[in-house]
Amino acid sequence: MKESTIMKIHYGTALAAVGLVAVHILMRLTTGFADSLEYENVLANYRSIPYVVMLELILILLSVHGFNGLRVILLEIKQGRVYEKAVSYGCMVAMIGLIAYGSRTIIMTNIGMV
Amino acid sequence: MAQVSSIADEQVSTPLSSAKSILLRISKFNPKSDDSSKFMEFTVPYQKWTTVLEAILDVKKHFDHSIAVRYSCRQATCGSCGMLINGKPRLACFTKISELDSDVITVEPMNNFPVIRDLAVRFEKLFDSHQKIKPYLIRDDSELESDEREFLQSPKEVEQYIQFANCIKCGLCNSACPTMTTDSSFVGPQALAQAYRYVADSRDKGKDERLNIIDESHGIWRCHFAGSCSQVCPKGVDPAMGIQFLRGYLLGFRS
Repeated sequence: MKESTIMKIHYGTALAAVGLVAVHILMRLTTGFADSLEYENVLANYRSIPYVVMLELILILLSVHGFNGLRVILLEIKQGRVYEKAVSYGCMVAMIGLIAYGSRTIIMTNIGMV
Repeated sequence: MAQVSSIADEQVSTPLSSAKSILLRISKFNPKSDDSSKFMEFTVPYQKWTTVLEAILDVKKHFDHSIAVRYSCRQATCGSCGMLINGKPRLACFTKISELDSDVITVEPMNNFPVIRDLAVRFEKLFDSHQKIKPYLIRDDSELESDEREFLQSPKEVEQYIQFANCIKCGLCNSACPTMTTDSSFVGPQALAQAYRYVADSRDKGKDERLNIIDESHGIWRCHFAGSCSQVCPKGVDPAMGIQFLRGYLLGFRS
């Protein structure tokens, strides 16, 4: 993939994440902070499909943006063909792993495992 | 070991009527024999028009012939005498001692370049990057037939790129660039500014080719817009602005 395409994704995910995280924070403010983190309330949030879609989107946006940022930092620290390939693929795998781990919580809640 | 000498007692090119003098600290380093650099110190008289290069050449002439320094035109045209002067990349021939407002002047080789010896650095990487972006007009009909005229441009079209054509390839921008300090593969502000110079030229047809060259993992996107390249350019070129314009092309804001 061209670097300009990657950077367009990088900037786009940042802007989208700022918008969605703002919505997420505003929704948390509708209840008290302590109530918001009550076990039952958290489970209820995970069972609300529109809200859980937004949480999943935030997870994807921040993972893509964060791991690409990490890739860029690591590429600037050290150079070399093998190192750069390892960094690029390593960040990709870590990103997929984090998204999968985060999604797992949502899936477990919705199929009744929690 | 620092050596303090005074050239006021000897025949120097700077007139002895000067009452002022500065302490000139010159970095000495030979990568083939030294582990680290050391500073030699010399007391040098100066007039208000004396440049740092003249002071260095006085020292070289009268005290230490072995000091390695590259210079040629002495009028900020050849781009040979770039060095760190009191920590900032400058042309030694274009920097007057009186402008520096300091009694101590420290000269070191430019950052981000391999040192040949003392103040002289290797320019291969700079010239390779410059060559990589194809610094010439690309078009099919570049050879003029005898009955044709030159490629005419309006003043407005010239204005688009003319400041970038002032680059003298001195390397000061690359020396000041924080990205180049850690990323040895980064193409650098000099080459990127020159890429813009040709992309913005209405006579050039190689825009897509050049944008493809700089659109890679160590290309234009590694610039963090510190702006130090534009701060140090002795010819008033603004590489940081050129880089932002190039990004505009790649992001689709410019065509």
